[in-house]
Amino acid sequence: MTEPFAPGDVVRVAAVNPPGHRRTPFYIRGKQGVIERVCGEFSNPEELGYGFDGLPKKRLYRVRFRQKDLWADYDGAAGDTVDVDVYEHWLSRSTSTARSEARRR
Amino acid sequence: MSEQDGHAHHRQDHGHLNDTHRHPPAQPDDTTSPGHYELMILAMRDLLIEKGILTADQIRRGLETLDSWQPSRGAEIAARAWTDPVFKRRLLADGNEAVADFGIDMGGAKLTVLENTDTVQNVVVCTLCSCYPRAVLGLPPDWYRSKNYRARIVKEPRKVLSEFGTDLRDDVVVRVHDSLADLRYLVLPRRPPDTEHWSRDELAAIVTRDCMVGVANPRVEAHAAA
Repeated sequence: MTEPFAPGDVVRVAAVNPPGHRRTPFYIRGKQGVIERVCGEFSNPEELGYGFDGLPKKRLYRVRFRQKDLWADYDGAAGDTVDVDVYEHWLSRSTSTARSEARRR
Repeated sequence: MSEQDGHAHHRQDHGHLNDTHRHPPAQPDDTTSPGHYELMILAMRDLLIEKGILTADQIRRGLETLDSWQPSRGAEIAARAWTDPVFKRRLLADGNEAVADFGIDMGGAKLTVLENTDTVQNVVVCTLCSCYPRAVLGLPPDWYRSKNYRARIVKEPRKVLSEFGTDLRDDVVVRVHDSLADLRYLVLPRRPPDTEHWSRDELAAIVTRDCMVGVANPRVEAHAAA
């Protein structure tokens, strides 16, 4: 299991498109967000969906994305967000470079 | 229904022309033929009964229970949170624990309550399917399951909210919550001003289903008109 994230950590969602039953929607893949809260550990639904036991359990996070980071043409308020439930195996710690890039956008 | 009048007997009847014992989804006045998934459901139901795993009565009771879950449950919870600060703190900290006061069992799902404020409007969606806090709101409305709502609320929430008649100021942050895993979201709407002297029942009456999904806000006029 990877090192757990804490609220406020900047993370990036894996930019991958594996086949099968996946719980991470396409619109956040490859995008950067911030851990809003740690939700606990749950059996992995991407395994449960195929009749496996879903073990080991995976940490689940709520990740907050800025709308403007998801949609280039977003025309609502700058503070608008989407919070998405994401399992740990989809997340990696974002580098400081990525963070400053996000600020510049 | 007598013991002899059981399921196997029904099956034999299916070949008869004037068959009055057909399954509910294929009633005589239902002229459309069942689709693939409907047939799968019927086959699954038949198998569960034939193998003695469930009885027809258990299935009926299950559906009856599902149908008995109504948004009024959520409205009672919201009204109590508005009038009982200790309960509100518990509800926001651990939804499952707090709604157990109302005899509600969230099962394996984790109820997460999102509080609307002067500056935050929370809105719930499940972009993958139709995850919904059924134990507190009942079955989701058709629009919640529609591709239109699911695709657009995460991309142009203000426009969608406006179509629901909910226009927000620019200084109100819109927070969309995509319910994709083991959490279920309930929006705790903001209590309207000038309702300080209202009873809990009066307050519950203005907390509609749509307010608890976050596409609308409670209106005092709705109460006055009732």
